[in-house]
Amino acid sequence: MNRYDTIYDVMVIGAGFAGMAATLFAAERGLKVAQTGATGGIDFSTGFLDLMAVHPVAEGRYWDSPWDAIDAVIAEHPGHPYARLGKDRIRTAMNDFTSFLQSQKLEYMGHEDRNTPILTPAGTVKRTYRIPRTAWKGTEALRDKAPTLIVDFNGLKGFSGRQIVEMQHKEWPRLKAVRVDFPGSFGELYPEHMAWTLSSPDRCKELADSIAEHAKDVEYIGFPAVLGLNDPVRTVTLLEELTGKHVFEIPTLPPSITGPRLRATFDRGLAPKGVCTFSQKMVLEARRDEDGLFSFLIGVPGDARTVRAKNAILASGRFFGKGLRAERTGVVEPVFGIPVTQPEQRADWHHPHFFDKQGHAINMSGIEVNDSQQPLDAAGKVLHDNLYAAGAIQAHHDWMRMKCGAGIAIATAYRAVEVITEKNGE
Amino acid sequence: MKTLSTTVLIIGGGATGTGLARDLSLRGIRCLLVEKRDINSGASGANHGLLHSGARYVASDSEAAIECREEGEILKRLAPQCIDDTGGLFVAVPGDSEQYIADFESMCARSAIPCSPISTVEARELEPSLSDRIIAAYSVEDAAVDPFMLSLDNLAHAVSLGSEFRCNARVTNLHISNGGIERVTLHDDTTGEDFQVEAELVVNAAGAWAGNIAAMAGARINLLYSSGSLLITQNRLTTRVINRLRKPADSDILVPGGTVSVLGTTSVTIDDPDKSRPTVEEADRIIDDARAMMPILETTRYIRAYAGVRPLVLAGDSSDARNVSRGFSLIDHERDNIGNFVTITGGKLTTYRLMAEKTADLVCAKLGINARCATREVPLPASTMGRWTEPGLTAKTWLGTRDVHDQILCECEMVSRSVIDNIIDTIGSEGPNRGDSMLTAIGLRSRVGKGPCQGGFCGLRVTSHLYDRGCVQSDQGVAELKNFIERRWRGFSPILWGLPAMQADLQEALYCGMMDMELCGQRPDADALGADSMQEISALGGRE
Repeated sequence: MNRYDTIYDVMVIGAGFAGMAATLFAAERGLKVAQTGATGGIDFSTGFLDLMAVHPVAEGRYWDSPWDAIDAVIAEHPGHPYARLGKDRIRTAMNDFTSFLQSQKLEYMGHEDRNTPILTPAGTVKRTYRIPRTAWKGTEALRDKAPTLIVDFNGLKGFSGRQIVEMQHKEWPRLKAVRVDFPGSFGELYPEHMAWTLSSPDRCKELADSIAEHAKDVEYIGFPAVLGLNDPVRTVTLLEELTGKHVFEIPTLPPSITGPRLRATFDRGLAPKGVCTFSQKMVLEARRDEDGLFSFLIGVPGDARTVRAKNAILASGRFFGKGLRAERTGVVEPVFGIPVTQPEQRADWHHPHFFDKQGHAINMSGIEVNDSQQPLDAAGKVLHDNLYAAGAIQAHHDWMRMKCGAGIAIATAYRAVEVITEKNGE
Repeated sequence: MKTLSTTVLIIGGGATGTGLARDLSLRGIRCLLVEKRDINSGASGANHGLLHSGARYVASDSEAAIECREEGEILKRLAPQCIDDTGGLFVAVPGDSEQYIADFESMCARSAIPCSPISTVEARELEPSLSDRIIAAYSVEDAAVDPFMLSLDNLAHAVSLGSEFRCNARVTNLHISNGGIERVTLHDDTTGEDFQVEAELVVNAAGAWAGNIAAMAGARINLLYSSGSLLITQNRLTTRVINRLRKPADSDILVPGGTVSVLGTTSVTIDDPDKSRPTVEEADRIIDDARAMMPILETTRYIRAYAGVRPLVLAGDSSDARNVSRGFSLIDHERDNIGNFVTITGGKLTTYRLMAEKTADLVCAKLGINARCATREVPLPASTMGRWTEPGLTAKTWLGTRDVHDQILCECEMVSRSVIDNIIDTIGSEGPNRGDSMLTAIGLRSRVGKGPCQGGFCGLRVTSHLYDRGCVQSDQGVAELKNFIERRWRGFSPILWGLPAMQADLQEALYCGMMDMELCGQRPDADALGADSMQEISALGGRE
C-alpha cells in the first residue's frame, strides 16, 4: 500500500509546535500517523520553550514559578487551555517532549519549578521554562552579571552585540561586545549557512582566534545562534575548548537557526517512528465519510490527493499558521468550519495601542474544545467524536503575552493523543 | 534663553508653509520656518496625493475648479519631478445621478476644464480593473503629486536662498505687546530646550492647528476639523486617477502613487486635530462604497490606512466671504489688533502655491516691501532631500553598486544599509533639526516601514544598525522602535484581515512572544505623537 492508500490512525494537521508534538506523541504510542502542514511557527522559534510566565497580562506580572502561574491563570480564566489538562499531565508532556529532543542531540535545560531569565536578540530579558543547552550558559552569565563578551558579525543583520550591551549596561557593567568578520565569508550572512560553516572545526578555530584578543578578560562569550546545525552542542563544546571560556548562543531574528534546528530534529527523529509526513502540503478539504473516517484532500489546488484517517488532530495554529482565517466580516476556521469564539465586531479585535498591556481581544479568540480536546459546535456539542484540536487554535489564551505557547501546544497535543490512545484500546 | 531673529517667522512645515518659505525667499525675504514635528506631518502628508484637474469641483465651486486647473498646469510645468502626470477618468455606475452625468461635460466647459467623453469599452481597455457595469466615462487631466518631495523641494530651495528651518520645534507662546507679536517662544522637543524668535512678521501656516496658534495670540479662528481616512493598496491598481462621476462624496477617488494606489476618503468631524486616526469602520465603509466602480477593491490586499485633518474655516468668523468660496482663508490679524500676524489655512494641496503667493503678497504689503511673486515662472529645483522616498530607487541603487557588503535592511522596499547610512549622515548634518526619533526620521525620509511588513522586520534591523552606529544609547533605540511600531499600528490595525492579519500575528509573536517588548519600558503613547501623517504616499517616478 502506498502512503495515499493507507488508512492512518491519526492525521495531524499542522507542522508547528502542536503538530510536531501530536505527531511525536502519537507515533510513540504506536499509532500510524500522517502529518501535513507548511512551514509553521517552529521555523520562527527562538528554541525556548515557554510554559507560563505572565499573569495577569494587564499587569505584566512575571512569575518565577510557571506552576503557580498556571494555578493563577486557571483561577481567573477557567476557559484557559491549561484548565482542562492538570499540572501533572502538563509536566509529563513537557518532559516527554524534551526527552525526545535530547535523544536527538537537542538537549534542553531548565529548573523544574521556576522560569529562567534569558537574553533576547533585542537585548531585553525574558523568562522561559526550557532552554537549549547551547544557550544555557547565557542564563548563568546573566544571573551572575559575569564578565561577558558578546560577539557579532559583519554581514549578519538584525543582531547587534552593541544593542544588547546598551540595553543591559546599567545592570551588567561587565558586558561588552565586539564585531568580527565571519570565518571564510564576506557580504551578507545567513544563520543557516553560518551554522553549516561552523560545523567545521577549522572554521571554529579561526573564529576563536579572531576573538581571542577581545575575550582575554571575560568568563563567558555569547554568540548569535549560529553555532552548528545538527549537533550544536559539539560546536559549542569545541569553542569552549578553543577559547577556554564558557560559550552560549543568543537567538537571532528570523530567519534563524534555532527554529530550523527543531524542525530538523523532528524530521530526523520522526521518520524512524514510521510517521508519514506530507511536508509542505496543506489540507484543502476535509470530509467525514459515512463509515466515520476522515478523507482529506491535501496538496495544492489542481494537484491534490486524498488521504484517509480514523482520527484527526487539528493543530493548524492561528492566523500566521492559517488555522484561523481573519475575514473582513469575522474569523473562521477554514478546514472543518468549526465555530470560532471571537469579539462581536472587527473594531473590537485589536487595542488601539499595539503594545498595550491589555493585549488584543482577538488573541483570546479561537475554537472551543472539551476536556478531551474535541472541538465543539455552536451548541456546545462535540462536532465529531474522532476530531481533536491542539495548540494555539484553542480559544481563551494569549500565548504571546502569557508566554505559554510551547506549553499549550505540547500539553494539549499530549492530551489529544492520550484520549485517542485510550479509545483505541477500548 | 537663546534668541533667533528673522524677518518672517513661518509656523508650520506643510505644503503651504514650505511653499511660502520658498516664495518669500525668492522675493529676497529671509524666513525661519518652524515645525512642531517634521515636514508634512499634518494634512500635507496625509492626503490622496491628487493633483486635481478641477473636474471634481465643476458642479460645486467653479472658481475652485479654475484654480485647480491653473495651478495644476503650473506645477506640471515647473515641478515635474514631483508629479506623475497620469491623467484621470471619471466613471459612473448604475444608480449614479443621470442628470449629473449628462451635465458633466458642459460644467467642465464652463470652467474650461479639459474633459472628453469616452466609451465605457474604451475606459475598460484603459483601466481593466474598472467595473464592467460602468455606464459613463470621461477622460480628464488629473495627476498624482508626491507631497513629500514637493514640500522638501520647496524647503530645500528656500534654504539655498538663505532661509532656515527647525523641525521638532513647538510654539509655546506668542508674546503680544503694542499691537503686535513681540517674540515667539518655542520648545525644542529633541533637545528639551526652550528658545525664542523675534520676527518682523509671523505667519501662522499651521493647517489644522492654525486655530490653536491663533488662540495663543488671543485671536479666534473658527475651524472645523474634518478627519479623512484613506487606504493604501499593496499594488498599483490603475494607471490613472479614477474618480466616481457624481457629486463629491466619500470614497470616490483612487489615486496611483508609485507602486501603490490610495483609496478614499471619508469625512468625519472631530473636535481635536490631534485625535485623527483611521478606524475599522471607516476602512469598511470606504471599501463597501468604492467597490461599485472597481470590484477588485473588495479582494485586494491593503497594507495600511491613514488619516489626515482638513481644516475647514467656518464662514461665521471670516470678514471676507470671498475667502471661503476660494477654499482657503488668508486672515490679516490686524482685525484682532495684531498688526504683524497673518494666518493662512484651509485650501487644497493642489492650490498650495497660490495660497503661498497670496500670503506672500500680503506679507510684502504689510512689510512695505515691493517684490513680485516668482513661483509662477521659476522652476522648482529638484533637491536630494526626498530622494529615498522614491519607490524602487533604493533597490536600483543597491543593484547598481553591487557592493557585497551592503545589506538590505528593509526587504519589502529593498532599502539597503548604505541608504540608511546616507540618511543618517544627512540628518546628522542637520544637527538638532532632526525628528523626534532617529527611526521615525529615517521612516519619513525613506520607504522603511512602508511595505507589507509595516516595520515588523525592518524596524528591528534598522534599530540594531542605529545601535551599531552609536546613534542611540541605552534603551533609547528600543524605546524608539516601540514608538515606531506604535505609529505604524495606527494605520495597520484598521485593515487586519486576510494576509495583513497574518502579518500582524507574526509581528506580535516577534515583539511580544519572542522578545517581551510589551513588558520593557513604558508603553509609547501613540496619541501623544500627533496626528497620523507618516509618509504614506509613495514618491513618484517623475524624476526618471
